[in-house]
Amino acid sequence: MSDLQKTFNAEAGKNNRMLIISAIFLAIIMLLPFMWVIGLSFKANQELMMGTNSVFHPPYTIKNYLSILAASSVFGWIVNSLIVSVGITIGVLILSSLAGYAFARLEFPFRSVLFIIILMGLAVPEQAVIVARHQIFSGFKMHNTYTALIVPSLAAPFGVFLMTQFFKAIPKEIDEAALLDNASRFKIFWKILLPLTFPAQATLGIFTFLAGWNDYWWPLISATKKEMQTLTIGLASSQANFAQSEGLGFLTAQAVFAAAPILIVYIIFQKYIVTAVSGAAVK
Amino acid sequence: MTGVVNSFLKPKAGSWSNALFILPYLIFFIGMLVYPLILGIELSFYKLDLFGPGRFVGFKNYIRLFSDKIFIQSVMNTLYFVVLTVPAIVLISLFIAIALNQESKTSSLLRGIFFSSSVLSVTIVTLIWRIVFIPNDGLLANVFVGLGWEPIGFLSRPEWALVAVAITTIWWCIGLPMMLFLAALQQVPKEVYEAAALDNTSKFRTFLYITVPSIMRTIILTIIIEIILQFQLFGQAQLMTNGGPNGTSRPIVMFIYDAAYKRWDIGYAAAASQVLFAMILVAAMAQYFFSSRKGHG
Repeated sequence: MSDLQKTFNAEAGKNNRMLIISAIFLAIIMLLPFMWVIGLSFKANQELMMGTNSVFHPPYTIKNYLSILAASSVFGWIVNSLIVSVGITIGVLILSSLAGYAFARLEFPFRSVLFIIILMGLAVPEQAVIVARHQIFSGFKMHNTYTALIVPSLAAPFGVFLMTQFFKAIPKEIDEAALLDNASRFKIFWKILLPLTFPAQATLGIFTFLAGWNDYWWPLISATKKEMQTLTIGLASSQANFAQSEGLGFLTAQAVFAAAPILIVYIIFQKYIVTAVSGAAVK
Repeated sequence: MTGVVNSFLKPKAGSWSNALFILPYLIFFIGMLVYPLILGIELSFYKLDLFGPGRFVGFKNYIRLFSDKIFIQSVMNTLYFVVLTVPAIVLISLFIAIALNQESKTSSLLRGIFFSSSVLSVTIVTLIWRIVFIPNDGLLANVFVGLGWEPIGFLSRPEWALVAVAITTIWWCIGLPMMLFLAALQQVPKEVYEAAALDNTSKFRTFLYITVPSIMRTIILTIIIEIILQFQLFGQAQLMTNGGPNGTSRPIVMFIYDAAYKRWDIGYAAAASQVLFAMILVAAMAQYFFSSRKGHG
């Protein structure tokens, strides 16, 4: 038996090694575009005009990054993106926690019907509602405001679904004990249950933040004024005249600079992203 | 039967105040999802531009859509794009997930790499790939020259433009399905594989008869999610090719965008978005029914 086990393990080990090697190969292909763009961003514009081959030899320069710092709207866009994505994240966390608690724990009229209707909302793609949303905000003359950029994202049903599942997973005995102590419903929610949901808040928070930061369609049609543009939209408008733009070195430096904040967020919160996806998949 | 319906719909006394907890969300849900959905359907029956209240035209917008060559072309492009991307995304991410389904430093580092592109915005992704696709001097052109091939201007050739957008999209999107597959693979009990190994089952047969059936639910779910996502292609095509050349890479969503916010033909755009919504629902449901029937047979 133990011999068999050993051959099995050895066999599995060999297979695993082959799989890992092919995965490493794929990962390198995956990383090539990143490395190419990073490489170009450290070359002088004039040098790149003669050919991108020069990327493999020095001299390298950080001039492209300095010109971003000197004269660029990137900072304004980043501030707008931060305000909008943080606003959306806080809003979604508050609304979803309240609703999730109620759906998991409280009795109220039409509870199950409402929950099913909200679940059905998950199937509605942005395209089905975006034209009408635009009309609504036009009616209130509210385009080019932070409110207009934040409010539509607060309707996403995913957070409610996730928080309901999470509150359901907390043992009922915890709030029953508090009820005996005559604590109010809100106090139980706020003081006792909410702190227990921190992992779910973190995963929902990071995903909502990412979605808000990367949103394209809605800010494209709502934030038409330059000073209201988010990073996604601002960067898109600045590269519209790609061919005759400021030069390949500057363009690539801008790409790296714009990707950096979200990649840093990703590296810090990677753990929560992984558990969020696997947690959602198991259900 | 009536008892079930009653308990389903009958308000329970003294519990209205509990509904206050969902009220804040409900306001946004109704205002920003339910109402726009209904308003969007209503708009699709109106001739409506930037000014004035518009007028009711019945099904005219829909009739016009189906005789609009540009719309038909965008529908075909979208279907072609879904066919190009969804199988590739699912197969590549499934392979990666199987390769990385083990606890080791290398595999968790690789997972991190494969997911990293997914956190970037469409603007950054397309900027990176436009630089890769530059006809004579891009990364791909350099690779082609190195292999002794003629470089191709991917983004400006009608037969390649949508393929280039698809390649970019695959690169951007494999992270999420990979994570879903990894999570599913970790639920498969190890004993099943050990038993198969004792029976001398080949690796390929093990994969086909054990791995695939155990994660079938996740595979179907992932295919449906990807179909829904890829039907909504917009930013990549708009930013990389602007739908060209000759509309060969213009998807439905870009058609909607152009109709609504370049020509301000709001009612027409609303009608097109209802058609897209219906197509997504039909495709997702067809996939679901097809797979579950196959699963039983």
